[in-house]
Amino acid sequence: MTKTDKESTANGGNKEFLTATIAGQTFGIPVLQVQDVLGEQKVTRVPLARKEIAGSLNLRGRVVTAINLRHKLGMPEKPAELKTMYIVVEHKGELYSLIVDSVGEVLSLPDKDFEKTPATLEASWRALAIGIYRLKEQLLVILDVPGMLEGLFTKDDAA
Amino acid sequence: MDDLIQEFLAETTESLNALDSDIVKLEQNPDDKDLIGRIFRLVHTIKGTCGFLGLPRLEAVAHHSENIMGRYRDGSLQVTVDSVSLILEAFDCIKEIVAGIAETEKEPEGDDSDLIARLDAVFEGKDAPSAPKAATSEPKEKAKAEKKEFVPTPEQLFEPVKAEGYSPAAPASEEKTAAPAKPAAKPATAAKPVAPAETAHPAANTATSATPAGESSLRVNVEVLENLMTMVSELVLTRNQLLQILRTQNDSPFTPPLQRLSHVVSDLQEGVMQTRMQPIGNAWSKLTRIIRDISVELGKKINLDMRGSETELDRQVLELIKDPLTHMVRNSGDHGIEPPAERLAAGKPEEGTILLNAFHEGGHIVIEISDDGRGLNTDRIRKKAVEKGVATEEQVKNMTEQQIQQFIFAAGFSTAEKITSVSGRGVGMDVVRTNIEKIGGTIEMKSVEGKGTTFTIKIPLTLAIVSALIVEASGERFAIPQISVQELVRLSKTGENKLEEIHGTPVMRLRDRLLPLVSLTKILKLEEAQGQRINKQVIVVEVGAQTFGIIVDRVFDTEEIVVKPVSPVLKNIRLFSGNTILGDGSVIMILDPNGIANAVGKIADVHKESGKTHEGVRAVSDNERKTSLLIFKAGPGAPRAVPLSLVSRLEDFEVDKIEISGQQKVIQYRGALMPLIPFNDKMILKEKGSQPVLVFSDRDRSMGLMVDSIVDIVEERINVQITSENKFGMLGSAIIHGQAMDVIDVGHFLSIAHNDWFGAKSDGQFQKKGKPMKILLVDDSPFFRNMLSPMLSIAGYDVVSTQSGFDAMDLCNAGEHFDLIISDIEMPGMNGYEFAQRVKSSDSKWRNTPLFALSSHATAQDLDRGKAAGFNDYIAKFDREALLRSIASLGEAA
Repeated sequence: MTKTDKESTANGGNKEFLTATIAGQTFGIPVLQVQDVLGEQKVTRVPLARKEIAGSLNLRGRVVTAINLRHKLGMPEKPAELKTMYIVVEHKGELYSLIVDSVGEVLSLPDKDFEKTPATLEASWRALAIGIYRLKEQLLVILDVPGMLEGLFTKDDAA
Repeated sequence: MDDLIQEFLAETTESLNALDSDIVKLEQNPDDKDLIGRIFRLVHTIKGTCGFLGLPRLEAVAHHSENIMGRYRDGSLQVTVDSVSLILEAFDCIKEIVAGIAETEKEPEGDDSDLIARLDAVFEGKDAPSAPKAATSEPKEKAKAEKKEFVPTPEQLFEPVKAEGYSPAAPASEEKTAAPAKPAAKPATAAKPVAPAETAHPAANTATSATPAGESSLRVNVEVLENLMTMVSELVLTRNQLLQILRTQNDSPFTPPLQRLSHVVSDLQEGVMQTRMQPIGNAWSKLTRIIRDISVELGKKINLDMRGSETELDRQVLELIKDPLTHMVRNSGDHGIEPPAERLAAGKPEEGTILLNAFHEGGHIVIEISDDGRGLNTDRIRKKAVEKGVATEEQVKNMTEQQIQQFIFAAGFSTAEKITSVSGRGVGMDVVRTNIEKIGGTIEMKSVEGKGTTFTIKIPLTLAIVSALIVEASGERFAIPQISVQELVRLSKTGENKLEEIHGTPVMRLRDRLLPLVSLTKILKLEEAQGQRINKQVIVVEVGAQTFGIIVDRVFDTEEIVVKPVSPVLKNIRLFSGNTILGDGSVIMILDPNGIANAVGKIADVHKESGKTHEGVRAVSDNERKTSLLIFKAGPGAPRAVPLSLVSRLEDFEVDKIEISGQQKVIQYRGALMPLIPFNDKMILKEKGSQPVLVFSDRDRSMGLMVDSIVDIVEERINVQITSENKFGMLGSAIIHGQAMDVIDVGHFLSIAHNDWFGAKSDGQFQKKGKPMKILLVDDSPFFRNMLSPMLSIAGYDVVSTQSGFDAMDLCNAGEHFDLIISDIEMPGMNGYEFAQRVKSSDSKWRNTPLFALSSHATAQDLDRGKAAGFNDYIAKFDREALLRSIASLGEAA
């Protein structure tokens, strides 16, 4: 991937990302991967499922699997009073929704501000991130959505 | 017009249309194997169907065309322009005949011998001779004219929606009450309204004029229905939300219209759902005829037994499995079932049976097709596999029978010795498998040479609608498919339906049996619901041969649910067969009773004699035999039971006659000292008066078991539930007179009294040196298995027990070896005599193994009958000494 990134950086193009926060950290998701953004939802817990799977919810007659990233990212569980939002993405014909605390705006970011994920970052973070954008006030971690969902099929290492 | 012919016409016209373009493609890409295969199959299907409908002219032309396609497929004939034109000509001829049938319901008169001769010439490798003008040009032109009328685009594009889709119960009566069902059989007429520009096809006209009701069926693209279905689901959810809001409002002006809306939506939902569901019997109806025709043609006697034909499945799925099913049933009849003479020679009834069985199982529809025919010949398949280059000689050598049998699913594989018009070109199984896998199903096969073949098709219910029970455990709701639910029982704190525990395992008494229970909360690892004590309920479910209860907190209602497959990331959780969206919009998981049964292990009992478990040696659920039981009280707790047949005498001894010898209480009894054992330590022995004692005798030894009192002697069907752990001196528990009682293990007390009781003769004289004799015990009663197995084990034998002759034969087929087989006579399914015949049959691996009969009644006739069936010895069930003696003499002989 580094090759194409370098090329696009050279071209000085822009990419669009939807921002969202989880436990104070801002993440970016390529806007083209986002299907839907939902507010509070009734989520049905799925017993025996791995920790990242928060449950299932109904999106207009389709069953969507809700994914909680806090555990994977080593973050504390969400305080009960905090609101929840869901970002719906599609992967291999199935719908998943990422649980976030809030959804921000769509940012169009120049490729020149893109950096590879620092090698010193925790392995679990590196596994979930494609790279980082330097924003004025903060750093935006770009989530590798397909990679993260694919990771759900591997053996549950944290059970 | 005959329904079958009608259907055939619709199908064939579709096939022919596809054929035309395919053949032309073939001319351009003569090496396209897939294409050749597809054309071949299409022609094969046409030929096959004609054969059954009695259309000899059509069949002949198709057969000879197929011959050529067969050679193309083998690569032994080049695809040339001339041969392709000839085949096209043959297809035109087929079309002409088909059009004739549509018009007159009869095959039109005509002579195809010239065409056939030319087809054969090509088949034999000669150049296609140019057609004699007069013979071909005329029919060709005519065929073209017919073809124009026949382009059935609507038929091709739209799947038929049969009228009976609206009344799911109808198909059972379909054949009998022809009148209401008839419209459904006229899908061809539908072409008219859909494509009015199209010249109406003659058949349609005839059909319409004959039965005006034909207008009532319409072909609708399944995709349209699918979309409708999704939209209706949305509508239902929205309706429910509206109703929810309405409930919070008083005197809303919206109430009447909303209620009306609600009703309409419900009806709409039901209607749309029903358009998709059809009983599998629809696909089976033509099988009866096919089997009959095979019987006639091949001179066989075949009985087609169809069960579960009311099982509903999605129309689309039904359509897709129709052909594979037909193929397989045809195969069973053609290859599986032997001719009557051969069957009689093999000791089978003259009439072969093909059993079709359909049922819902854990979110799937399972269809079993089994025959009691000759099974697959592994050697022949092995040879053929090497011949066809599917596998090398070396590979084949290392394969198990099961693996070799799987070759029949390989493309172009047929082991039929002759190519008959019925089957045997190797089209069958590869197509069947492809078609089933296409809809996400699986197909399994089990075949035993000489015994028969069983195919099990499992098709997911992706869109099928099931009725489910909605339950709650720890605040979460789940759906349990109604199909596996037997009954609901409310657990009460006291009385009949109270929860009892055996070694921490919850059980419940349900009428005359013990029901093992599992807690949904526990197996799903949910937190126990807090707060007030909820009146729990038990859902009695049946999975295969197992029955068990699932404890839930609440039971809501039954609901028709649309099964949706679980997300791939949740597939690894076997307890769920799918998920669904309820009326209130929430997602709930559908429990798979099968998965639950597996998760809790074999709930009934698992026998582990001599530390072994065998696949196929399964638990016993019910024992129908009545046994006399002696009920006695000893120490605290419920009364205990012991089979009366094991007790020699009941005695009352004067307490002051009891003496002490060493640590042991003894009494002088019949000229010898007999040890007396208290039932347990907690028992308070009497100080004076008389002491009731159960006397057990064996050979010249006796032993007395001291009890508090003898309560009763009852004759009951006992169903001993074996305790999972070894409770000291207990065999297990059973419901006797509505009470759970421990059944004592006499062997345990006997060995306390005489350390060497069972081992009395185990001085090695009847054992093969080094290795103990291996004995197989076949008895359906868990009680006797558990009585005899320890006894034989103690006597130094290696014992394996099974609950039925079938399980025993499985072991036989698995290559297990035994030095002796002891079998019960009265067993459900396969009785002892039948079992003996199988064991002693000439192709049995066990034909030289000694076989003892064990029965509770041993009259002279029984003895004779047993000997005739192949038993080497016949022993009365409770004559332990005779049994040991017989085994010993056997050991000596060996």
